[in-house]
Amino acid sequence: MTREEMTALVRGKFPDVKLGSNKQFPEFIAAPDQIHSLCTALKEDAQTKMDYLFCETAADRKDGFHLVYHLTSSALGHCVMLRTVLTDKAKPEVETVGGIWMAAEFYEREIFDLFGIQFAHHPDLRRIFLDDDWVGYPLRKDYKDSFTLEH
Amino acid sequence: MEETLLDIELKEKEEYIINMGPQHPSTHGVLRLEVCLEGEKVKYLRPHCGYIHRGIEKMSEKLTYPQLLHLTDRMDYLSAHINNEAVALCVENAMEVEVSDRVKYIRTILAELTRIASHQLWWSAFGMDLGALTTFFYGLRDREKILDIFEETTGSRLIQSYITPGGLMGDIHPNFQKRTKEFVKYFRKKLPEYDQLLTGNVIFHERTQGIGIMSKEDAIDYGVTGPPGRASGFHCDIRKIAPYSAYPLVKFNQILFTEGDTFHRYLVRIKEMWESLSIIEQLIDNIPPGETMLSLKAIKAPKGEYYQRVETARGELGVYIVSDGGPLPARIHYRTPNFSNLFVLNKIAQGHKIADLVAISGSLDLVIPDIDR
Amino acid sequence: MGIEIKSMEYGDFNDNEALEELKKSGSNVLLSTVDAIINWGRSNSVWPLTFATSCCGIEMMATGGARHDFARFGIEVYRASPRQADVIVVAGTIVRKMAPVLKRLYDQMADPKYVIAMGACAVSGGPFYYNSYSVIRGVDQVIPVDVYIPGCPPRPEALLYGVMQLQRKIQALSMTSEKKQEGKSHRHRAEGKDVITKETSSS
Repeated sequence: MTREEMTALVRGKFPDVKLGSNKQFPEFIAAPDQIHSLCTALKEDAQTKMDYLFCETAADRKDGFHLVYHLTSSALGHCVMLRTVLTDKAKPEVETVGGIWMAAEFYEREIFDLFGIQFAHHPDLRRIFLDDDWVGYPLRKDYKDSFTLEH
Repeated sequence: MEETLLDIELKEKEEYIINMGPQHPSTHGVLRLEVCLEGEKVKYLRPHCGYIHRGIEKMSEKLTYPQLLHLTDRMDYLSAHINNEAVALCVENAMEVEVSDRVKYIRTILAELTRIASHQLWWSAFGMDLGALTTFFYGLRDREKILDIFEETTGSRLIQSYITPGGLMGDIHPNFQKRTKEFVKYFRKKLPEYDQLLTGNVIFHERTQGIGIMSKEDAIDYGVTGPPGRASGFHCDIRKIAPYSAYPLVKFNQILFTEGDTFHRYLVRIKEMWESLSIIEQLIDNIPPGETMLSLKAIKAPKGEYYQRVETARGELGVYIVSDGGPLPARIHYRTPNFSNLFVLNKIAQGHKIADLVAISGSLDLVIPDIDR
Repeated sequence: MGIEIKSMEYGDFNDNEALEELKKSGSNVLLSTVDAIINWGRSNSVWPLTFATSCCGIEMMATGGARHDFARFGIEVYRASPRQADVIVVAGTIVRKMAPVLKRLYDQMADPKYVIAMGACAVSGGPFYYNSYSVIRGVDQVIPVDVYIPGCPPRPEALLYGVMQLQRKIQALSMTSEKKQEGKSHRHRAEGKDVITKETSSS
């Protein structure tokens, strides 16, 4: 599918979705409560068949946490980038996509460990890299530690 | 004596949980596997990682792009050149500059040499895990020849940081082409020895055929790429899907099987070594002249987000850079192949014995610092 | 100082002042012959523990290969269990989650035991010294170290040189001085900090 066909398909099903400005992949920005249905639709639609989530990550930006999903289809080869912005930095929460792609369960555990974003309905949300009793979320921009040697 | 209720209850409680690692000779690094066993059969297992989590992504937010390149070698240290290439390509695509053909050819030759070296070390360690200690010496003997080639050109055997945004740190040594051609000729004679030792061995077949079967749907669902994914039929070679550097110019086959067991994960890597030798032969005599480093004023990615996918020896590596326009990245994330390859272990090891678990995790070829970064 | 590694006489191997001081500190004359024999035996068959966390582990494996063979130094038999090992070659970065495990392994080893810190990460934190929230800056903050081998990663020849230094050190120490643990790096006790308990502040 070309970028225009993909955009038309997604806009047809979800008219509130905004378009992003990424030059490499078609980018769609959805609200946090819509992202789960958008992902399900992209996986199940016969024209898109996005069965391979190759990257899910987060970034701490000024306007909130940006949660970014990179999807592709193993059969058809096209790629898509989805984004959702969690503006509440004190209690960021979004629905898990672990039920759609198994890989997401582990990407989300890493995001929870390093950013503190809660994923609702995740089967096993606990820290993956840091100790269980670690206080704080290191990849946030306002993380301060007495152990780190700053340079 | 009649069996009492107590006897019947105790019989069912034959499960116990043991810990493999973090210090263990077979986990190839610091990985802790919590294995629930019933007798000697694995019922389920839970991997615990984080014992080598160094915070590379957070550290990179305070380093410029040429500086953070040096940390990428240390993630999957057996594909060091390919990791460097991923960051270099991402930054070059972001800045919309293109390197000369000479650089593309050299990068591809180094990447394929790295792939062969990595598979040689994997073969050595895999044989050792199964008890065949001879493979350790054969694999390392041949790997030393590649490390000599690297050392002559880049100065270091394992961690090179030679491929950098803009090109290469310096031109190749005058002996590079000669030594690489000698190596290719030498290794073509030695690779059949690997087959003689393990591939046709009946004991090896008993230990690896039918063990740890991964279906194609599982491979795609968990995101398992690289040789384990290709052994299950998942068409995931980035060199074919989204070619970069000199890969559009060479002809090679993607090795795909459908059985998805340990033996076929092994076969994929052996056949990949043959394909890599053929790629090097196609490129080594035709390296065009040109400059090896672009003269860039400053290495700054423009504002935006960039993603680059490359094929390391273990699978698909993705570099995701979020840039605000300055010389430092606002966020850099590495989608590492070993992170996704690890978690499928629970699914494919169930029902097998502990010795099979060692064979399965050896065939997945995990490098633990790549999981934890 | 012309150090030639090829065909170096043992008497020429005197480039380490600290070790010379240790030898000169002298020991009881009667025990010195017994010492010499025991130390000869100990230094030529030091059995390492299989412990490698990251990249230096690969260079350690390469040292065991056929080209730079460490079997000829007596450190060939790698033991998987710490109870049977003499030396722990800490090859790779140690992070805060791994430090209690390393301490437990070291405690499980039986005396006399030695530690070689291989690679820049084990010596001082290496490339991860600044800005990392979880890397321990030097393994001597957790366990006492005998020999430091710098390099990132050190060449196999450097690891062999480090092992030879350890062998000289074992020969220099006598039975009576061993109990006082002379010559070991005490930074982990001197600085008074305990890196094993966590002291992070919440963000």
